[in-house]
Order: sequence, then structure tokens, then C-alpha cells
Amino acid sequence: MENSVDHSLAADGLAVGYDQREIIHDLSVRIPTGKITVIVGANACGKSTLLKTLARLLKPTRGTVLLDGKSIQSIPTREVATKLGLLPQSPTAPEGITVADLVGRGRYPRTRWIRQWTKTDDLAVADAMTSTDVLSIADRPIDELSGGQRQRVWIAMALAQETDILLLDEPTTFLDLTHQFEVLDLLVDLNKQEERTIVLVLHDLNQACRFGDHLIAMKDGAIVAEGNPREVITETVVQDVFGLAVKVIPDPVAGTPMVVPIGRHTTRTDTFASGGPDTPAVGAGSDNPAAQALAATAAANGVRRPPTR
Amino acid sequence: MTTTADAVQIVARARAARQTRYVVVAATLALVVFATFCVSLSLGDFKIPVIDVVKTLFGGGDKATEFIVNRLRLPRALTGLMVGAALGMSGAIFQSIARNPLASPDIIGVTYGASAFAVFAIVTLGLTGVAVSLLAIAGAVLTAFVMYVLAWRHGVSSYRLILIGIGIGAIATSVTSYLLTKARVEIAQQALIWLTGSLNGRDWSNVRSMGLTLAVLTPLTVYLVHRLRILQLGDETAYGLGLRVESSRLGLIVIAVLLAAVATAAAGPIGFVAFVAPPIARRLTRSPGPAMIASALLGALVVAVSDLIAQHAFGETQLPVGVVTGVVGAPYLMFLLARANRVGSGG
Repeated sequence: MENSVDHSLAADGLAVGYDQREIIHDLSVRIPTGKITVIVGANACGKSTLLKTLARLLKPTRGTVLLDGKSIQSIPTREVATKLGLLPQSPTAPEGITVADLVGRGRYPRTRWIRQWTKTDDLAVADAMTSTDVLSIADRPIDELSGGQRQRVWIAMALAQETDILLLDEPTTFLDLTHQFEVLDLLVDLNKQEERTIVLVLHDLNQACRFGDHLIAMKDGAIVAEGNPREVITETVVQDVFGLAVKVIPDPVAGTPMVVPIGRHTTRTDTFASGGPDTPAVGAGSDNPAAQALAATAAANGVRRPPTR
Repeated sequence: MTTTADAVQIVARARAARQTRYVVVAATLALVVFATFCVSLSLGDFKIPVIDVVKTLFGGGDKATEFIVNRLRLPRALTGLMVGAALGMSGAIFQSIARNPLASPDIIGVTYGASAFAVFAIVTLGLTGVAVSLLAIAGAVLTAFVMYVLAWRHGVSSYRLILIGIGIGAIATSVTSYLLTKARVEIAQQALIWLTGSLNGRDWSNVRSMGLTLAVLTPLTVYLVHRLRILQLGDETAYGLGLRVESSRLGLIVIAVLLAAVATAAAGPIGFVAFVAPPIARRLTRSPGPAMIASALLGALVVAVSDLIAQHAFGETQLPVGVVTGVVGAPYLMFLLARANRVGSGG
């Protein structure tokens, strides 16, 4: 989609709940256009609920979600699907479905049963598969793929919808570290290429800081802090949101905030501190920038390793 | 680096590969169904060569064969085919909606509800013929309605639907048993034959009513298959793709229930056809979708072959077709349950 600047997603005075239990009470938010927004927070803080409400999977009891300034509930769902794509946390694929077939189903909102599959659809699917790098496995069944590949295929399906906004609910949850970064890097590519607005829920704060342009920190169904990672991820906010004492230091690779939890049993000394051949010894003598940074903040804050545990 | 044109080609080719296979399998199935159909018309007390059967079907036979084929044997064979096709489609819809091969109308309560009502009609009300059929349809629809309402909690989850369906099936079965114990022996016998599922004595009126219902329901099914494919991706993804999930699911369930209901009304609850036909169809076509046409053809084939066996394989004794489908279907159910247990999933 070329005209990617004039879309907008916002929520106004939202209250959402399941059955009698209200999860989100009175929440207003504006998702910055053309940016990557990451929603973070402890378990059950309502971050997935917020994402699902933004995606109109849940109907708010009060308030409205505004898509391009109009109430999302008042827009025909199929029309919404041409503006806003969604990747749920654990999507299910029918047994034996091939990559090309699954990605093709992303064209559903743009087809009618009377208007059959055309060249445009093939083109959109090909584009989606090219940018997620799954073209070479087009005829493979999904069941045979690795977790990372599968996630890229699902993202390709959402891309085939050709929406300006893409919402993803914990897209890295079941992936190992390599594949987590593969998926997150891909999202940055997608954001850069066509100024897509991307909103995702992540568990890992360091990844959130690294990949998010805009962070929303939630606690008990309300937004505690929002803004760029440097403003949001501070020791006080993390303490407040997660109830965990942490140190925040600059990420040695990206320079973004990096959260180092303190915890109760953090200060272990055994083999680690004595500095085995391949353990990065913490201290001024180390040439590992992360270790130096950590040591610096530790020293500044008066955190010291006790001689024994 | 692949160019855009190459990429489009790769996509188009990957999509076409599956479609070609589907068409080939469906065409082959159609041929086999037709062959079985002709064989079933040729066999009987008075044997007619298959070639004459084909001639007669296309209007070129002599008087005697025309009478035997068109009058005596055709209605039964046609009813069998249509009942099988309806059951095949019904099973394909249910299993795809629930994303579970156990969710066919003969495993969850729908056909049991039809049976309970039909037995009530036969035993308690002393009805026969069309009246029994109508009550069977009413029974299936009512059962499905109760199931849907009980399974509803912010939408219908497939797991709840199956469990509630099995529960309601058990209730319906005990009602049926209760009615049978109260009935006089001859009437109970009559009800039991109905309960096994039989194509004996079907005439043109059965063919007409069945044909008419299929003529209405099949186009609706074709129209909704598109949505069924999206529904298969899970509710959240389906919402994300702009599908009206609940209304689509309700519409599909209504059609699947009606298909199972009219089939049951026409021939009794022929067991396991709706259950085995769609998985076999999916495997043959390697289709990830509901494989609707292939399921319909396979359902027809299963009923046709089973009826052929039931009528001619045991010498003088003619069995109800449901006995044969049961013998084939029950082991498959056990296989599926054993496999599900091992894999640790519902299917």
C-alpha cells in the first residue's frame, strides 16, 4: 500500500472484560503511525487484551477503538481486514496445508466468491512471500517447517492482506533466540520498507527496547508509561510494572536501555566470578563492553559481589 | 535473486499443483462411483449385463430391462448415492468447523437425535413412511439447536461442541433404548431395521425429495466453502481476515445438520459414512481444505459399495446397508482414538 501515511489507530476510554471480570478499565491510547509499537507488562496485565481489542476480536464494554477516526465496530469487518492485519498468538493451520496455500488465504478480505483468484492476488502473495523469504518453500506443508519458518509464513499471510497496520500477539513466544531475532528483524524490515504501523506484544524488555520505536508499559489494565524506550524503561517503571528490582544499563550493541534483573539470588560468585578461561569476568579489566557497563553501573549504585554466597 | 515475475510463477505453480491433483482424484472417484452404480443396477434376481444397464440409462434398452432398471433398481441406487453424498458433505463441514475428525454428525448427537424421534414416531405414535422421515428431520434439527445453545459461550468452541454433542447423543440413545423396551416385538423389530439404516424399498418419491433437498443445499454449501476454509485457520485468524465468524459458522452448521437430517430421514442413520468419507477424501486429494466434492463422491461410493455387499455378498440373506458401513467404520474410529491418544491431541 503506497498511501501509508493517512491511516491511524487509537482507543478512547476503553473498558474491556471477560464475563464479569473487567481487565481494562479506562484506557486511551494513540498508536503512532508508521512506527513499531511494543506493548509490555507482566502476565495478566491486559496487554494481549488491549491488542485483541484494537484488532476488534474483543468488544469493549465502554469506549471505542478508532480506525482512521471511525469506530472500528461500525466498519464492516471485511473492510477492517483490508486496513488492519492480525497475527494471533497461536494460529492453527489445517493439516497438510502448503505455504503458498496458507499465504493465499490472506487474500480472503480482498476476494469475493464471485470474483475469483486473479493475477493481482498471485502478485500480492508473491510479494508477501518474497519479503518474508519463504518463496523457496512455497510448496512445502506447514507441518514440516521449523518454528521460525512457520512464523514467517504466518506473517506472510498477514502481509498478503496488504494492510497498513499489522498487529502481532507475542510473535516470538515459541521460538528459540535465533528465530526470535529473525522474526523481529523481519518486522523492522517491513516497517522500514513501506512505513507499516506495527503493534506487537513482547515479553522480553530488552527486545522491546531494541526493536520498538514506541513502548507502552501496562499494569493492572492501565498504561503506566508510554513513549520511546529510553523514557519508558527506567528502573522505577520496571520496578512498578513488574515488581522486580533491576538495573538499567545501555545495551552494548544498540545503545538502547538494557534491563538487568537483580533478583534474590543474583549475587553468585562460585566459578563465574573467579574468571574461568571463557567466562567474561565482571570488572574493569574485561574488554567486554557489556561487562564494563554493568560493572560501572554496579559500582555507581553500590552493588557489590560478596566474596561468598 | 528471483524477480517478481519468477516469484509469481512459483506461487502460481505451487497453488496449481494441488488443484490438479484434486481434479484428477475427483474425476477418478466420479468414474468409480458411476461404475459401482452400474454394477449395482445389473445385479439382482434377474442379472442384466452392465453394458445393457448403461444403454438403458441413456434411453436405449428394451422394455424388460427398462422396467427392471428404471423402475425397480434405480430408485434404490440413486437414493443410496444421494444419501452418501449428503452424509459425506455433512461430515466434511462438521469436521472442518471443529478441526477434529471425531466431530461428524454420527459421532456427535445429530443422528442420534433423529433416531430417537424416528423411533418415537414408529413405536409410540405408530407412524410410517414420510411422517417418520419428517420427525427424524425435526429430531436432528432440535438436537443440533440444543447442542449449539448449550455450547454457546461468547461463541461456540469446537471442543465444547463435540463434548456436548457426545453427551446429547448418549441421552438420545437412552431415550431410544427406553422406547424400544416398551414397544411390542414386531414394532420394535421394524424400528430396529430403521435404526440400522437401510435402503430397502426406496422408490421414486424418496429420490425426488432427496434430490430436491440436495438441489437447494448443494449450492449453499458451495457458496459457504470459501468461508469454511478461513474458519479452519482458527477463530482469531478468521476474525483478522474479516470473516463474520459466528454467522458463518452458524450457517455452515445449519446446512450440515440439514444434510445429515435428510439423509437420515431417507435411509435411517447409516453409521460411519459421514465419519470416514471426508478423512479419506482429504488424504486422497491431499487437500488441507474440507475437500467437499471429493467427500461427497466418497460418501456416495461408500454407501454404494456397502449396499452392494449388503445385498449380494451373503447369498440369500440381505443385510441392511448400515451393518456393512458399521463393520468398516468402527475399526477406523478405534484407530483414530488410539492414534489421538498416542499423539496426545484430539485428532
